[in-house]
Amino acid sequence: MAGEKKIRAMVAKPGLDGHDRGAKVIARALRDAGMEVIYTGLRQTPEQIVNAAIQEDIDVLLLSIHSGAHNHLFPAIVDGLKEKGMEKVLVMGGGVIPQEDIPNLKNAGISEIFGPGTSTETIITYIKEHLPS
Amino acid sequence: MRSLFMELIKEALNGSERAIAQLITMVENELPGWMGAMKQLYPHTGNAYLIGFTGPTGTGKSTLVDKVALTLCNQDWSVGIIAVDPSSPFTGGALLGDRIRMRDITNKEKVFIRSLGTRGSLGGISQATSDIIKILDASGKDFILVETVGIGQDEVEIAQIVDTSIVVSVPGLGDDIQTIKAGVMEIGDIFVVNKADREGADHVATMIKVMLDLNPSPNLWKQPVIKTIATENQGVDELIEQIMLHRRHLTENNRLAEKRKERIGREITKLLEQKISQYVHNRIKGIHRLEDIIEQINNREKDPYSCVDLLLEILEKE
Repeated sequence: MAGEKKIRAMVAKPGLDGHDRGAKVIARALRDAGMEVIYTGLRQTPEQIVNAAIQEDIDVLLLSIHSGAHNHLFPAIVDGLKEKGMEKVLVMGGGVIPQEDIPNLKNAGISEIFGPGTSTETIITYIKEHLPS
Repeated sequence: MRSLFMELIKEALNGSERAIAQLITMVENELPGWMGAMKQLYPHTGNAYLIGFTGPTGTGKSTLVDKVALTLCNQDWSVGIIAVDPSSPFTGGALLGDRIRMRDITNKEKVFIRSLGTRGSLGGISQATSDIIKILDASGKDFILVETVGIGQDEVEIAQIVDTSIVVSVPGLGDDIQTIKAGVMEIGDIFVVNKADREGADHVATMIKVMLDLNPSPNLWKQPVIKTIATENQGVDELIEQIMLHRRHLTENNRLAEKRKERIGREITKLLEQKISQYVHNRIKGIHRLEDIIEQINNREKDPYSCVDLLLEILEKE
């Protein structure tokens, strides 16, 4: 056990929509893959998510949004993390996100966007492959 | 590397959340240098007051912790929270959801919340809990609240690492207070009946009082039973008042110092046991006759009990 670091992931719901079925499914899948998963609950501001990310010292952040405010909220969270020295956190997005918005989100620092229908294995593999060692 | 490390400790002592969080990760995972960090931090500990919350799952512990922390925060105290949830014994993964119920305080500057998985430890708290308490203590938190997993039976360990233990129950758990079993009854300094707007709250409170009367506390502290509705912030002020009274009781009777000395005694025994066990583990592989001895035991030519005495002799001689 000693000297072995567990992956800590946080699943967060920024914005005002109340759809967290997907977020909960992902949280469970990551737990079953052996990660420690912090779930923040609904309707979190970027500031709250960044604060929680710092205190929990997470490695991965999975953002889920269905309200359409991703173009504003996702970059705000990435910027907040950078500002607090958490630029190493792997940030991923999911929910309902139009194809044409994806390039800009990636430019803003979101590592990847996973739409509806993505298998949980795809997400777990992605995390394991992209985490900075 | 060395100076980076010292910088981290310095920043944590000044209250930097990022540094505190990184130190916790280091200690929790026993990453290289963790014990060195604890040595540096130790002289700065001992100032925080430690409060434990235990009781069965679904009694509203997280919400209660949220409200207690909020009230303390409004009284201008700084608060550290350690919220423990169970890790799966199969995958080692854990779903840490206490933050969902701690909405009032997630954005308060003076509150630091850390979620932990039990990581295979029994007793509802994780191995690293007492070290993480020390990190928060050294960083200058006035109060540290520890919320256990809440399995309801094997929670005695929490009482050994905090100053005031609060046992939380609710009406409707069935069979009166079956859920508060022997052991848990003895560790509570304060009892809370949460969700007191539900039917049967008075009954549960009375049952707890009756049980407490049967087992009077040996140290002159009469454990209060408080009814709360955490979601509506009712009864929280009274709970905090009782926490402060218990604290004063411990201080005035010199019990706090005694309690903390007992804690240190247990702690050094535990650390020593770990070191010795590590030592034995490393050395036993080096005993070249070990294979022979195992063979002889398996053939029933020798027994394991005598062989352990023999092995101990060999280890002592070296």
